[in-house]
Amino acid sequence: MAFIQVIPLWAMVRKDLQIFFSDRRAVIMSFAVPIAIASFFGSIFSGPSRTTEPAKISIIVVDQDQGTISKSITDGLQHDKNFKVTTTTLEQARDTVRRGRTAAAIVIPTGFGDAAGLALFSRREKPQLDVVFDPSRSTEVAMVRGILTQHVMEAVSKEMFAGPRGRQLVDETLNSVDSMPMPEDRKKLLRDMLGSVQSFYQQNQADPNAGSGGGLTMPYTVREEPMTAGSNIAYNGYAHSFAGMGIQFLLFAMANLGIEVLLERQRGLWKRLRSAPVSRVTLLAGKTLSGTIVALMTLWVSFGFAMIVFGVRIQGSLLGFIGVSVACALMAATFGLLVAALGNTPATARGVTTFAILIMVMLGGAWVPTFIFPAWLQQATLVVPPRWAVDGLDAMTWRGIGLSGAVGPVLALLGFAALFGTIAAARFRWEEA
Amino acid sequence: MLEIKHLRKSFGSLVAVDDVSFVVNAGQLVGLLGPNGAGKTTTVSMIAGLLTPDHGEVLVGGQRLAGDTDPAKRRIGLVPQDLALYDELTARDNLRFFGALYNLTGRALDEAIGAAMHLVELSDRIKDRVKTFSGGMKRRLNLAAGLLHDPDILLLDEPTVGVDPQSRNAIFDNLETLKRRGKALLYTTHYMEEAERLADRIVVIDHGKVVADDTVAGLQSRVAPVEDIGGVRANLETVFLTLTGRSLRD
Repeated sequence: MAFIQVIPLWAMVRKDLQIFFSDRRAVIMSFAVPIAIASFFGSIFSGPSRTTEPAKISIIVVDQDQGTISKSITDGLQHDKNFKVTTTTLEQARDTVRRGRTAAAIVIPTGFGDAAGLALFSRREKPQLDVVFDPSRSTEVAMVRGILTQHVMEAVSKEMFAGPRGRQLVDETLNSVDSMPMPEDRKKLLRDMLGSVQSFYQQNQADPNAGSGGGLTMPYTVREEPMTAGSNIAYNGYAHSFAGMGIQFLLFAMANLGIEVLLERQRGLWKRLRSAPVSRVTLLAGKTLSGTIVALMTLWVSFGFAMIVFGVRIQGSLLGFIGVSVACALMAATFGLLVAALGNTPATARGVTTFAILIMVMLGGAWVPTFIFPAWLQQATLVVPPRWAVDGLDAMTWRGIGLSGAVGPVLALLGFAALFGTIAAARFRWEEA
Repeated sequence: MLEIKHLRKSFGSLVAVDDVSFVVNAGQLVGLLGPNGAGKTTTVSMIAGLLTPDHGEVLVGGQRLAGDTDPAKRRIGLVPQDLALYDELTARDNLRFFGALYNLTGRALDEAIGAAMHLVELSDRIKDRVKTFSGGMKRRLNLAAGLLHDPDILLLDEPTVGVDPQSRNAIFDNLETLKRRGKALLYTTHYMEEAERLADRIVVIDHGKVVADDTVAGLQSRVAPVEDIGGVRANLETVFLTLTGRSLRD
């Protein structure tokens, strides 16, 4: 008969909690390890605070040109807030990049400044700027490439429109227009433009305070606004990392609960349980309830630590946070039952579940945010419970979304719990030979 | 008290138990003997409700045992061959848990624990964790766990495996006490001297079938004409080997 018997049910829950707390070292480990790893990931993904500077990308500049433009480029890079710049020889630069001590080395070859200046106004061959980079740091190299373009354009245009070397190059270009392979009307236009630049130089010489020495600059500025719970609330990466690691470790804890059932079976304890007049529903409900309580404790202790130490706050709905947490814990507990139902031996179950959990939490965005995945994979991750758990906890903490943000994750997690529980009940081995 | 009628159980093509019937009366200890793989544990498992028979029935006090939550299961106590105890918990916490499975709570549970621990002479270790117990003490606690709810029938599956003579004798004394209290005991063992000492009747099972069901003296008389040498009666081991053969079993 499918009914729950209260006295055996609470006895099972109390017994499981007693066993959980009987090994103090294991208890400390099950709380301390997720906290330690989440703290580590949080420190990596938190980004800079409002009071600290962002981490700078280390680059090397090899200035073989030693001209006005190349020095201007080097100076611009050295004053950029994103870079930590050192200068050295080409050989040393190559060796340093090869050893992974710096992301990239920018090599400004001899004659680069003049060639770049001439190429700005004519169709002459563009000079080459070498970037030697560490292939394992491609993200940083992309950033280097973008910022480098800005500084080269600024340095070259500044010199070409305001500097003495620029004036010389404009004169040289004017003198060589006739020999350029282009139609006459285009040559005329180029002469007019360069003539205007010469006039510009002459006016600057007559009135040095006219304010002309800027060169080309970015025609816009960017105002960045992080979309967090509110305009005065900074993003706290620890909220995400504690959600992710919390889910990972409560899944591990519950898989262990399932393996404990297999061990209990090996030790003959399920013979005692099954010989008593206790319904199957009571036995499964007892395991689910004790698992849910342990999982909830694991998650809340982690978040409690994050709140006290790292200032993580529930910026959304407290009720929503509790709802998502309980749904997570229930899903994890039924996952444990699934392990107990499908596992043959504790050893094989441990290996398979470790693999399954790692895949699930990786796809669920517990390690790194899912936005770095390809679009198709981002959609595919909706079929793994940790994705919903992490999204739900993010929504209730740093995103500051109200109760409505918890509804979807809670329903999805309860759906997974129902699925796992149904499969576990159907496949559980009830006969004890 | 306990009546087994035509029990049959097969696992795939293997017939583990085939038409097994016997009776255990109140105040009686019946020894269930058989070689390895004969079907003893499968029979005990069906009586305890751990396995569902393909055919046949188990009657407790004349009532057919049916379903996981049949109240009649409360009249049966199981002492499994394994040390089915939680090592991490104290003896008291183990018994509190096993007692609660039979809806025992509060004072009734405390009294049941006290009585069971007194019987197996472990009262002074009640607050100790089971992992600190010796093998013999665990065996006695295993017995106590099966007695908590004061069952009328006790199923003992090789309850003395791996214990020293002192603990074994203590368990024998416990069983004789239970017999005097009117309990019906079904006892499986490989130790013939145990069956000879304790059993009022012996059921010998082989290849899943009952090959003999008699008192020790009755069994001895069956083989006496062949095995009786020099006026000394054949012991139970000789009888057993005569009934089940000398070929090795898996």
